Amino acid sequence: MFFKKLIVFGAMTTLVVSSVNAANCGPSGKSVRILGSDFPAIHAVAGTAKDNCAGNANVFTVSHKDDTRKIMNAALTPNPAEYTSVIVANSTLTQLMNDGLVRPLNELVKKYGSHLKPHQMITIDGDVMAVAFMANSQHLFTRKDILSAAGVQGTPASIEEVLDAAKKIRAAGIMEYPIVTNLKVGWNVGEVFNLFFMAQGGQHFKSGSAEPNIINQTGIKTLEIMKGIASYAHPDHLTQASNETQGLWEAGKAAIGIMWGSRGGVILDDEGSTAKVTSNTVLSGAPTVGGGSTPAATLWWDGITIAKNIPDDDAEATFAALVSAMTPSMVAKHNDKAVWLIDGFKPGPAAAGVSATAAGGAPSYPMIPYIGLMHNALGAELVDYLKGAESAQQALKDVEAAYVTAAKQAGYLN
Amino acid sequence: MKHSTFFWFILPSLTLMILFIALPIVSVVIQSLHVEHEQVLVISKSCDPFGCKETTSLDQEAMEKLREDNPLGRFNGLGTYTNRSHFAVEEVSKAWHVSTSFREFWEKVLNLPFYKALTFTITYTIVVTPFVLFLGFAVAVGVNNLPKILKGPTIFVSLLPMIVTPLVGSLILFWMVDGDGIIGATLQRIFNDNSLSLKASASLTWIMLMVYGIWHFLPFSFIVFYAGLQTVPQEILEAAMIDGANKWQRMRNVVVPHLMPLVIFVMLILLMDNFRVFEPIVGFSADAHATSLSWIIFNDLQESAYPLYGSAGATSMMTIIGVIILLTPVLIRTWREFHQKGN
Amino acid sequence: MTILKAQSRITFLSIFSFSMVATWLFIAAFPFVWTLWGSFKVQADFFSKADWTYAIYGVHTTLETGKAFTGGGYYGAWIQEGFYNAVMNSSIVIFFTVVISLTFGTLGGYALARSGYRYAFWILMAALVFRAMPHITLVSGYLFPFFEWNIWGILPTTIIVLVAINQPFTLWILHSFFLNIPREMDESAMVDGCTRFQAFRHVIIPVMWPGVITTGLFSFLLAYNDFAVTTMLLSGENETMVPAIASFMGNVQQEGNVMFAVAAVVSTTAPLFLLVLFFQRQIVSGLTAGAVKG
Repeated sequence: MFFKKLIVFGAMTTLVVSSVNAANCGPSGKSVRILGSDFPAIHAVAGTAKDNCAGNANVFTVSHKDDTRKIMNAALTPNPAEYTSVIVANSTLTQLMNDGLVRPLNELVKKYGSHLKPHQMITIDGDVMAVAFMANSQHLFTRKDILSAAGVQGTPASIEEVLDAAKKIRAAGIMEYPIVTNLKVGWNVGEVFNLFFMAQGGQHFKSGSAEPNIINQTGIKTLEIMKGIASYAHPDHLTQASNETQGLWEAGKAAIGIMWGSRGGVILDDEGSTAKVTSNTVLSGAPTVGGGSTPAATLWWDGITIAKNIPDDDAEATFAALVSAMTPSMVAKHNDKAVWLIDGFKPGPAAAGVSATAAGGAPSYPMIPYIGLMHNALGAELVDYLKGAESAQQALKDVEAAYVTAAKQAGYLN
Repeated sequence: MKHSTFFWFILPSLTLMILFIALPIVSVVIQSLHVEHEQVLVISKSCDPFGCKETTSLDQEAMEKLREDNPLGRFNGLGTYTNRSHFAVEEVSKAWHVSTSFREFWEKVLNLPFYKALTFTITYTIVVTPFVLFLGFAVAVGVNNLPKILKGPTIFVSLLPMIVTPLVGSLILFWMVDGDGIIGATLQRIFNDNSLSLKASASLTWIMLMVYGIWHFLPFSFIVFYAGLQTVPQEILEAAMIDGANKWQRMRNVVVPHLMPLVIFVMLILLMDNFRVFEPIVGFSADAHATSLSWIIFNDLQESAYPLYGSAGATSMMTIIGVIILLTPVLIRTWREFHQKGN
Repeated sequence: MTILKAQSRITFLSIFSFSMVATWLFIAAFPFVWTLWGSFKVQADFFSKADWTYAIYGVHTTLETGKAFTGGGYYGAWIQEGFYNAVMNSSIVIFFTVVISLTFGTLGGYALARSGYRYAFWILMAALVFRAMPHITLVSGYLFPFFEWNIWGILPTTIIVLVAINQPFTLWILHSFFLNIPREMDESAMVDGCTRFQAFRHVIIPVMWPGVITTGLFSFLLAYNDFAVTTMLLSGENETMVPAIASFMGNVQQEGNVMFAVAAVVSTTAPLFLLVLFFQRQIVSGLTAGAVKG
């Protein structure tokens, strides 16, 4: 009798223990080599994957490198590739797909991804090319105390209301430059163009081709909005990106901001700022444009991809390890590190803006192969217009000319 | 020196240079003459966490086939060199025919990225090089005349601008010259202008970059001249003193001629490095007002999601040619000296 | 000797010279001193947009840590992020780069200085052209072959690349110094029966130190400060100091730990102070010894 109880007890313990370690790690003794950026959220996912499955693998390495996009194409080209998985975002996925370096994940999702949600799948024509786990976007930050001191009711919901509020704040003598946003030359200022262009329903390219489509009324209105914002921004705005805008906000030198949601957490925390600023900072959805309903933001996701030029077994083990980390228990441990797309995420105050923007129907950053070329052209050629040195029409012509030159180089146009 | 001895002495150095510099240069030249294959686009439907929409993507199989057949791409001849982001031959001639005044023509040309960058690069080089040369020499002479005990710390402090990592150094300076930073605020007080911002004005940004360039390179010129000053033959100096020459005459007639090879060398290196200026522009986020040739290459290769190897290659070639043109006077002088000294 | 002593009167020129050096020292040192002071503060003070004097008094530092000085940046960089690993990697890379660079460079520079044939001049010209090539283009070109042959991301590859890229500069500066050493010295050794290499070893090496030290200094600085090459060729455990510092800085979407970077920069510059202080006696004596022998 005693032995029977012991055996049953032993069996049950083993069951319990094995169910805890039941993360399905796929084939054992394989090589898992992950490359990702240096984000806390990526550390969380890759770290959990390593904890779960390092014992099951022969080699399990995680490399964190900012600017992974600079080396990832070269790293994934040889066979076998240097890494078995790269953690990408919207723009970097297209960069890998342009060179055919990642593999479709449909079979692997069926086998290991039953706990994943449908909206985590990034598909192109039905092929799952990546599995997303977190989201980010730009949205509106406001100082409610300054707004009410200037006589502005409530939180501005459209860009027209934002500019109006800025005008009132300046007129009331509270702040000369109340708006902050990432207008730094290059990628950032190009992104600001995207925000307001796409919020008006603008399409960068003619349907189905790489021909540019920005010299029109939508483009001109976008530039005018940007000029309006710049006129209420700090004179150094052409050199300011997130570190500087966050610094200005935390020093209490701004009242309305369009900044990244991922900075929300660090803005609201009790480091770097005063209680007056943090307690009065309100995070809300990005503003709409011209009476439309689309928030002026681009939605970004980060997710995992699996390299093509690796043995199928390594691919399977890598995928299994990474999705084993995408569980509610991982989210619970790292809840505030990102806006998670996984079940069990409890949005804190820092996530309010991104959630509102996503709920408002903001567009996601386009996954078109040549969008990067257009973005680069925008980033380089809009500066003269913002400095007042050329007209909107001329600026758009310059952007188009720069884009066409690059597109011809890359083979997208002739 | 016998040819074979020479060969063996220089073999390790030459091997490395050929493998890691010469061959890549050849490959870059070849790449700059090609453009990518015509990309085959298909309309497809993409879905992400936020919804589905129509998009275009590449036809992977068709692209594979093209790449296999011709890995280099399509031959484009000098097309890349004459396109808008390089010499912009078409745009420049159009501007010439359309413009009514030289000023208008010049403005149109400066709107083109390569010429905009070239203007800053040449200005930077022409201003920074002589300042670094003269000031470095002056500081070396000054330090040479210091009492011995002060020399060590002085040498170290003088080397600081070159030792501190440019990446973080320029970031810290970036914040210091900001209108709210210590240098920026002090300048505002000196000039009694609260809106004075080094970052908002193009001309002030240029000046700031050039001052940084001088500050950063002065240690190099200082240490080379300082080492050279130690090798000035004392007997000739003493003989000159006995003959009654004063400090200036001794400087002009003994020291400077002795140091000429070093002067040439420093000028060579400075011209070359200043022409390739790039780190300060990124460090000071100054690309709103100033771009350089190396910055264009950086932008082509690393900032866009699609590295444009051909375009970057063409700009690299143009940088090398620019450096050679800039160095021609110095090179002719070296040629003459080589013939005097060597044979 | 007495003639020289007689020259050391205080003249207008010497005051001018002294004050010019003093001004230069202030300009050269001030940003570093400011950084050193600020490395013991938090980001909100050192990079304050509210008031730059916060960096002096440490207003936010007191608020956040209770005292006006904090070792938070240093702790974060060295212990949390394991910066000592990067320092170790840098030391390895610097040591081998300097040694190999100087070995190859002295041999090559000597040959070029003594050759007397026209091809030596053309090799120098070619070296110049090589040096004019922007490093970014070169390194981007290296990526594909290095990944293909599986030599990416390891220290030896980086060392060889740094040596190779620096060879043109090393050859030029050393050949310049060798030109200043009279031919008669090694030629008389060869007349006495030495081979060229023996002449090099026994006659030239003892007197070439000024040039070698100066060149070694530049090789050292190149390996120490390089960013373009090391950031593209190294990753993770193998990173050297500069890419490691860069990784502390964050990017547009994520805040980094800028104070870690500041602390790391200070902690790697300070030891150099001791190095140069110790070294300066060697530098000065080496240089003057060369002068006397020459």
